[in-house]
Amino acid sequence: LHAMNTVVAQLQRRFQDYLVSLYQQGFLDNQFTELRKLQDEGTPDFVAEVVSLFFDDCSKLINSMSRSLERPENVDFKQVDSGVHQLKGSSSSVGARRVKNVCISFKECCDVQNREGCLRCLQQVDYEYKMLKTKLQDLFNLEQQIVQAGGAIPQVNIN
Amino acid sequence: MVCEMETDQIEEMDVEVLSSMWPDDVGTQADNQFNVEKPAGDSDTLKEVDIAEKRTMADLKRLPELLNTTDQGSSQLTNLVRQWEYMQDHAVRLLREELKILTRQREEAEAKELKIIEEHNFETEEPENVPVLDETSHLFRRFRQKKRDELVDSKRVVIDEEFDTVAYWKQKALSLEKMLEASTERERRLIEKLNESLKTMESHSAPVEELTQNLKRAEGFLHFILQNAPIVMGHQDKDLRYLFIYNKFPSLREQDILGKTDVEIFHGGGVKESEDFKREVLEKGKASKREITFETELFGSKTFLIYVEPVYNKAREKIGINYMGMEVTDQVRKREKMAKLREDNAVRKAMESELTKTIHITEETMRAKQMLATMSHEIRSPLSGVVGMAEILSTTKLDKEQRQLLNVMISSGDLVLQLINDILDLSKVESGVMKLEATKFRPREVVKHVLQTAAASLKKDLTLEGNIADEVPILVVGDVLRIRQILTNLISNAIKFTHRGKVGIKLKVISEPSFAGDKEQNETSVWICCDVYDTGIGIPENALPCLFKKYMQASADHARKYGGTGLGLAICKQLVELMGGQLTVTSQVNLGSTFTFILPYKVATSDDHSDDQDEFSDMVDHHQPEPDDTTEGYFQFKALLGSIYSNGGPVMGSNFLPHKAMLTSPIKLINGSVADPSNSSGQSQTVQVENGGYMDESESAHQYGNGNGHRCSSKESESCSSSQASSEMESELTVSSPREEEKTETEVKETSQPKILLVEDNKINIMVAKSMMKQLGYTMDIANNGVEAINAVKDTSYDLVLMDVCMPVMDGLKATRLIRSFEESGNWDAAIEAGVDIKTSESEQGCERSTDRLPIVAMTANTLAESSEECYANGMDSFISKPVTLQKLKECLQQYLQ
Repeated sequence: LHAMNTVVAQLQRRFQDYLVSLYQQGFLDNQFTELRKLQDEGTPDFVAEVVSLFFDDCSKLINSMSRSLERPENVDFKQVDSGVHQLKGSSSSVGARRVKNVCISFKECCDVQNREGCLRCLQQVDYEYKMLKTKLQDLFNLEQQIVQAGGAIPQVNIN
Repeated sequence: MVCEMETDQIEEMDVEVLSSMWPDDVGTQADNQFNVEKPAGDSDTLKEVDIAEKRTMADLKRLPELLNTTDQGSSQLTNLVRQWEYMQDHAVRLLREELKILTRQREEAEAKELKIIEEHNFETEEPENVPVLDETSHLFRRFRQKKRDELVDSKRVVIDEEFDTVAYWKQKALSLEKMLEASTERERRLIEKLNESLKTMESHSAPVEELTQNLKRAEGFLHFILQNAPIVMGHQDKDLRYLFIYNKFPSLREQDILGKTDVEIFHGGGVKESEDFKREVLEKGKASKREITFETELFGSKTFLIYVEPVYNKAREKIGINYMGMEVTDQVRKREKMAKLREDNAVRKAMESELTKTIHITEETMRAKQMLATMSHEIRSPLSGVVGMAEILSTTKLDKEQRQLLNVMISSGDLVLQLINDILDLSKVESGVMKLEATKFRPREVVKHVLQTAAASLKKDLTLEGNIADEVPILVVGDVLRIRQILTNLISNAIKFTHRGKVGIKLKVISEPSFAGDKEQNETSVWICCDVYDTGIGIPENALPCLFKKYMQASADHARKYGGTGLGLAICKQLVELMGGQLTVTSQVNLGSTFTFILPYKVATSDDHSDDQDEFSDMVDHHQPEPDDTTEGYFQFKALLGSIYSNGGPVMGSNFLPHKAMLTSPIKLINGSVADPSNSSGQSQTVQVENGGYMDESESAHQYGNGNGHRCSSKESESCSSSQASSEMESELTVSSPREEEKTETEVKETSQPKILLVEDNKINIMVAKSMMKQLGYTMDIANNGVEAINAVKDTSYDLVLMDVCMPVMDGLKATRLIRSFEESGNWDAAIEAGVDIKTSESEQGCERSTDRLPIVAMTANTLAESSEECYANGMDSFISKPVTLQKLKECLQQYLQ
């Protein structure tokens, strides 16, 4: 039992450290904390659900924007803009800070109809969301391990 | 015309035969033969001018090539051949004539010889060796024979008559014979000379021909070059009369030109100038060029580049001028166009850079203003929390010292808030963000309300009075909020600096002031002059100029003594000017001041009176008619001395009522029936809440349910605020008051679950917001865009709408506008007009609710396009910046749901 507790404690510490590092590296911001606050016994997978919805959204939006932007001429910037707006709103809502930040520059490029800039931002957004996805998967894995080990998800105070 | 042309051509043919100097197609190009002087009659002039030889720079080897390879050249060659043949014939004829002359001379010489012989009576015998004329000439021999016959006869007669002294005669005969010999010798020499001369004639013909050829070549060159050139050449004598002219496109016949001056030929622009120019060249003796634009009937508007040179004879006397003109109309036009283009370009560039500069400055200014507004907002929110808490604290049991400290705290907070409000207002006016609204209102009521409000918080023994002249219309149109703000500001100012006596407002109609200028004024406009007067300390004259400047008070002493931000008057002035009026002040130290502002208003017609009555009026007026209220011209209020306001705290506190403030009953305050000193304003509000509900300051300018007896009016809201201006300004920003939260919590229990609508297109945002709502204990409906929102609002009675700004199909701003339009008009016409498919079900229910103002809170992404200003301008009540957090949502719900 003692060993068990040690494992849980270790996992919990790892989880804590990992989550803090995600904040520190700018992957996440306070909105993610907000999200975590909303998760309770009634909705134990709330964050994972929202986040996976977000990643699905990212993938779809990036695909459609990339189709728009890869056209050699007459890029429909309005369509791209709407995609960026959507992405920005979502990323802001889940606290995906880096994705959101890229979206801000993406939107600027879009406003001035800079196709090159848009493509660059698109690549960046793609990279960032995939990166975040991996990181969060790791985080959720840790969470599960803690739960399986019979521990509670620790409260992490980011500040 | 045709006839003329034909004759011209015939004439031209003649010319051509005589001289090839001139192009053979001159005449075919125009209907009027233009004037080549016939070279035959004009050879002298030509010699004088001597164009060909002087000017030609012809490459004589190259020229034949050119002549051979071009059409012009071959026609020219034929012409030259013809010319050469003619010249040959001419030379032969000349030679024959010469020969004839010589023969005649010889005959004369012979006759003379015979005569001499006759005179001296020669002997018939003559020495055989005497040279005689050429034997070959039969004619001559015959002559000789004849002569000899005659001589024989006459000799015989002479001999017969004079035969006296033989010696004498012999001698004489000898001398005569010598003479004869000499004569014969002379004759022989003459004949030799003649023959020689004949020979030289022949040999001379070669150089002449060569010269002629050269001349022809030169002519050919000129012809070749000039054939299609748009060139006019001419020579004019020293009176500037044309002696000859060459014109490629002649429009006059030669008789119209030759011997005349330019002025005699043409009329119109440029003619005089060109003649003056030629004269100038002639006088100065220096060749010169000039561009002259002619505007003549003859050939319209044409520009020529004219070259004029003086011509001298051998004695170096001026005899006239040569001139050459080339038509450059198109080039000049092009050049002028280019110049204009360049000029336009320069101007445009200058304008562009100016514009860019302006845009840059404007952007900077806007950004600065935006930042200021945001900052002010950011400061104000927490500050209002602090002051609100302090207010709550003031309602608890405190000892005297604590209360004093608290009062200082509250009044300091109030000052900061006031300052922020003022700055916000100023920056709004300055950046042009402030928009004026045209609403109908009753000036009498406004004055009354302002005075009531002031009286409610009056702590001095002052009389407040209102005096409205009869001619002031009952109903006018203007931005009542701003006007009330100005009045309140001026009144509170007046009260501040007045310690006894009166403070009052006087309204009267005046004629249109001179500064109104050219602004269109229709008949329904009226200028109302409003005096806000007091019997206070007055303002020294030297302080008057800076009175309306920002952050200025009459003196540093005043600032210390009376406090205030020093922005109030500046804002008043700006607002008055924004509305097209003027704010002035007169004052006498220790006697008082009068602030006067004059503004134009539209007089509201009675037609629409019924529609919008409820916009401004107090429900009490309708249900318990006070006959004099709308037309009453005089009000007087006294301070409720020693009553509820034992200290400044609660009064200050009323500033922080959110714009959805609970409202107190004005009647109670006016009548002084809030007699219980322990009844603080806060408590009184709590009591009023039950029948009050919430309302917006701006709502008073928009709509009220006219059948809604328990609704409170704007009048009431004023009575609970001592600084109306600030609360009006606050109405644009969300302020949460902790005290209100307290109330909300108690009230929420009584009401059923509130209906909330979330309008949002982003499903992740929806998911998050929904979860938050759940955590806060609420559920909500979802609309995915503005159109869905409108339909949802139409069908369901919501207590709160959270509206995303940027959405597909229809954005939040537009949806809000349409919802507001419905609330005002009671129908969805505007929405239908905007293309929203309004489902007609439950429309009755919609009509019923048309009197409520639905709280709509924007959810903005904090971008420029989703500015808070924009939200307010479109009828939203408040905004939450994204991403939405639990706290923000909670505050919002607490504010709007009871």
